[in-house]
Amino acid sequence: MDTTGIVLSGSGGQGVITAAIILGEAAAIYEDLNAVQTQSYGPEARGGATRSDVVISEEPIHYPKVISPHFLVCLTQEAYNKYSHLIRPGGLLLTDSHYTKQTNKVDAHYVALPMYETVMEKIGKPIVFNICMLGAFIGLAGLVKATSIMKVLETKIPAGFLEMNKQALELGLQLAKNTKGH
Amino acid sequence: MTSEAVLTGEHFINGDEACAEGALAVGCRFFGGYPITPATEVAETMARRLPAVGGIFIQMEDEIASIAAVLGAAWGGAKAMTSTSGPGFSLMMENIGLGLVTETPCVIVNVQRGGPSTGLPTLCSQGDMMQARWGSHGHYEIIAISPSSPQEMFNFTIRAFNLAETFRMPVLVMADEVVGHTLERVTIPPAEEIVVVNRKKPTGSPETYLPYKTDSSFIPVLPDAGDGYKIHVTGLTHDERGYPGMDAKTQETMMTRLIQKVRKNRDQILDYEDYFLDGAEIVIVTYGSSVRPALRAMRGLREDGINVGLLKLNTVWPFAEDLIRKLAKKVEAFVVPEVNFGQISLEVERCSSGQALTHLISHAGGGIHTPQQVVEGVKETLRMLGSKRTKK
Repeated sequence: MDTTGIVLSGSGGQGVITAAIILGEAAAIYEDLNAVQTQSYGPEARGGATRSDVVISEEPIHYPKVISPHFLVCLTQEAYNKYSHLIRPGGLLLTDSHYTKQTNKVDAHYVALPMYETVMEKIGKPIVFNICMLGAFIGLAGLVKATSIMKVLETKIPAGFLEMNKQALELGLQLAKNTKGH
Repeated sequence: MTSEAVLTGEHFINGDEACAEGALAVGCRFFGGYPITPATEVAETMARRLPAVGGIFIQMEDEIASIAAVLGAAWGGAKAMTSTSGPGFSLMMENIGLGLVTETPCVIVNVQRGGPSTGLPTLCSQGDMMQARWGSHGHYEIIAISPSSPQEMFNFTIRAFNLAETFRMPVLVMADEVVGHTLERVTIPPAEEIVVVNRKKPTGSPETYLPYKTDSSFIPVLPDAGDGYKIHVTGLTHDERGYPGMDAKTQETMMTRLIQKVRKNRDQILDYEDYFLDGAEIVIVTYGSSVRPALRAMRGLREDGINVGLLKLNTVWPFAEDLIRKLAKKVEAFVVPEVNFGQISLEVERCSSGQALTHLISHAGGGIHTPQQVVEGVKETLRMLGSKRTKK
């Protein structure tokens, strides 16, 4: 695998950074890959445009940030407006159809999925929106196996919440699968 | 088991957490500190982990008290540390001097953020490198280490404690926000593979013991409080007995020893890594998170046929003077990327004494250089060398 740059973006509190850490850990600990996760955020704990970068590679990773992502996820319109121009030509841009509208043309494969609405309809808890996104993301991008993500969730999520997270991951994977089918 | 000090295995953690794990693994059992972004995760990890391994965590009222508590804990026999960022580091300066003059082994971690003043709480800088060298009053030598990854935060914190115990002095870990907040795989080895240095203790008769009388190493063998040896711990200039001596002779004897204990042992303290120095035309001199874009830039430049090497300073203070002097005779130029407006580049320039060009690539802070910015800096240096040759 070539060195792959991923940017996950959204609003503070949506769990974007958590999702990026889970993705990085799945690659670095449960697959034979190197991964680096960094973030940029303001002093606020909620709101604001949050961005987290993940670099995944078979080679040692020197520069820890992503300049021109192969994969970009935007979970709010603000994040979309701020980061959509960064996408590498031919890359993949994933957005949530509840929170974002495509307002400009991007030179990339564009996928909008109803991740938030699906989570609210099937689980009813917005807290696992980020895990659903992660499922959709790896469903589309590959990069790491769903079983590796599950192993990370098992070490990080309290037992009582594990089933809900697993369900959210599955919903995301299913959304990606349906998209690919078209 | 979280109750174990050494979490042998592979972990996906950030640099701050890796720093705390390194401290725990080498035997740190006291942390006195005050939370501050981007160093808070060091304190958080220590607060969670220390009680489980029989250690003590105290959140102090401020950073002045934090470093004071650390000095006291060290004299009580503990391996002790604190962590902070720019504003807290400024507050600690006076007591860092007290630690130096009382020869107190301890570790101070500065996860640098943008300054001056409150600056950029959540974003990177390397603006405190000269403050680390000269921030406390009076003339002194200091040891400062600069990690560039979470794994190095673990490894170098262990080394910082070992140097502190060996040379009986505060040792600074000069990290930065990018290193502190980057998550990466950190491999923690089995406990028996970790090198642990413990301070030497006096063994002779307490009657004839002179605490600050040293051999050619210039390092005193001091007791912990309560060991049964008479000891006077003072910030005043003191003689071999530890008694204050307010005269030039006592000052000369004590100061010479404090300076020489670092200068004479520089080879033991210095640590660096070099890449392609043999025959290099240009050498990138780099430390901390700047190492990472610099390494990638070097690889790209070499692929383009540019003869560039890299010197990674793992210890920043004492400065690798002899190495830079030696290299200056062989290379055309040094390129120094720094997230400040020129600090370590000044040292490089001083040691190269006009024998090689020194070119600073400045970043004001709030991030680190991109590899492309380092590439541009090297190319700019090549142009400068070209016009210099034309003039000749």
